[in-house]
Amino acid sequence: MLHIKSLLPRKSLFPKAVALDVVQGRLIEKRRVALVQRDSISGRALVTVVAIMTFLATLSAGAAFLVAQASDGWQHQVSREMTIQVRPSEGRSLDKDAAAAAALASATKGIASVRIVSKAESERLLQPWLGSGLNFDDLPIPRMIILKLGVGPAPDLRALNAALAKSVPNAALDDHRLWLQRLDTMAGTMETGAALVFVLVLVATALAVGFATRGAMAGNRDIIDVLHFVGATDGYIAREFQGHFLRLGATGAASGATLAVLIYAAAGLFEHFAMATAGGDQLRALFGSFSIGGRGYGVIVMIALGIALLTAFMSRSVVIRHLRGLY
Amino acid sequence: MVRFENVSLSYDGEHATLRDVNFAIEQHSFQFLTGPSGAGKTSLLRLMLMALKPTSGHVSVFGSRVETLSKPQLTAARRRIGVVFQDFRLLDHLTVYDNVALPLRVLGQPESKYGPEVIELLQWVGLGDRMRVLPAVLSGGEKQRTAIARALIGRPELLLADEPTGNVDPTLARRLLRLFAELHRSGTSVVIATHDLGLMEQFAGAKRLVLADGRLHVFEPHS
Ligand SMILES: Nc1ncnc2c1ncn2[C@@H]1O[C@H](COP(=O)(O)OP(=O)(O)O)[C@@H](O)[C@H]1O
Ligand SMILES: [Mg+2]
Repeated sequence: MLHIKSLLPRKSLFPKAVALDVVQGRLIEKRRVALVQRDSISGRALVTVVAIMTFLATLSAGAAFLVAQASDGWQHQVSREMTIQVRPSEGRSLDKDAAAAAALASATKGIASVRIVSKAESERLLQPWLGSGLNFDDLPIPRMIILKLGVGPAPDLRALNAALAKSVPNAALDDHRLWLQRLDTMAGTMETGAALVFVLVLVATALAVGFATRGAMAGNRDIIDVLHFVGATDGYIAREFQGHFLRLGATGAASGATLAVLIYAAAGLFEHFAMATAGGDQLRALFGSFSIGGRGYGVIVMIALGIALLTAFMSRSVVIRHLRGLY
Repeated sequence: MVRFENVSLSYDGEHATLRDVNFAIEQHSFQFLTGPSGAGKTSLLRLMLMALKPTSGHVSVFGSRVETLSKPQLTAARRRIGVVFQDFRLLDHLTVYDNVALPLRVLGQPESKYGPEVIELLQWVGLGDRMRVLPAVLSGGEKQRTAIARALIGRPELLLADEPTGNVDPTLARRLLRLFAELHRSGTSVVIATHDLGLMEQFAGAKRLVLADGRLHVFEPHS
């Protein structure tokens, strides 16, 4: 092993042009310079792509979250019981109509049980309110049919309603619940749709971030080569890039997520002030609350973290793959 | 230090760049690797540097066949070799000082330890006043010397230089050659790839490895 000191001749091999302007101590105490270029065009482009994709991913996650929350609310309101009212009608037999309506209900998938409230039972229930001196036969008391819903998929109430209208026109399915079920169906569709959009955005994010990282890495192949030839281990090189790209990814992801959080916070605030108005009430009834809650913010943070890690991981895998080809 | 046994190299599997090359680089030796442009000088250096695998045959470095070495062993071997690339391969965003410090830095040494050495070496190659500039503002000769300093800072046992005088004027070329001779005297084995006949004539005592038509011909000096 030779030593530089012994190797160095007294005099420089090259004529000294200018006296040394660097005080040795000062040069040495300076900060560590990053081996990977800190500020490059491709690096900035990557941060931008990561920020935008994080923003979109968190936004669609939040949307999926809101829709899920709202439809949860609707689902709770749709009770497991429904009723059909059969009104007495001139020239028709109430018993027959009730039986026909009950048969239609029984034939509907998703309805677990059908019970016709008997005439006597109705009278007993109504008597306290109507007085005992009345002849119930003269009163147009509707016959109630109680339907219990099964646990499986919801019954097709619209079809049942149509069937009733056709063969028992004086029977009516509980309107409000029918409307709620339509909402529920819509919410389910929206929920699936929002989840689908979220997954698509997530996949697009992974792809965009992956490609942008590879793009930013392309200009760094020279650095990898040089570090390799001056004797850096693969682990050392991978760590340098991984650390650098984690910082880039974290910067982008944090900006995107922050923007998304601000938007949700603003929407929550707006809702808070609009609540007193009738419009606000309607909005609330339909969408529940705009606030995505602690869990929602947790999801946003997780997404941002995941995207930052993905950036670091992609850069590492590019380095490792490149080094594998080098020997 | 390096031994080639029946080494052949073909980039495309059709045309042979090197055919059945056999030679050895001895310790404390000084040799030119020469031949026309495109003869395969750079390829041969890349094989010595373990940057390339031969299509057939064996390359041994420091007594071990390269194909039997593990990753850490390859890295360890690479640290014993200094290389000056034809195109320098300096890192554009690092100062001259940081470029030269690279081989010591990747060893994990603290700057307080390697700093003085880097400065001393830079002064020796005449770049004492250019330490803090980026490669972009250097002249060809200054880049050349920066690349050489980077190759030397790790105190290599073997120095490979690819056309080190290709970009410099004759005066500087002679100085660089003196620098390599100095290194050789202090114990380093030196391989200089060049097609500059005039340069080789200044060191008539040096062994010449001549590449022609993919084959290597070794000429020992008469002395
Ligand atoms: N990476 C490569 N891929 C394909 N062919 C190459 C590659 N590098 C060199 N060659 C070919 O190998 C031959 C020798 O090239 P090289 O080793 O650079 O010669 P020299 O350094 O003597 O000029 C040339 O014909 C060149 O085109
Ligand atoms: Mg060449």
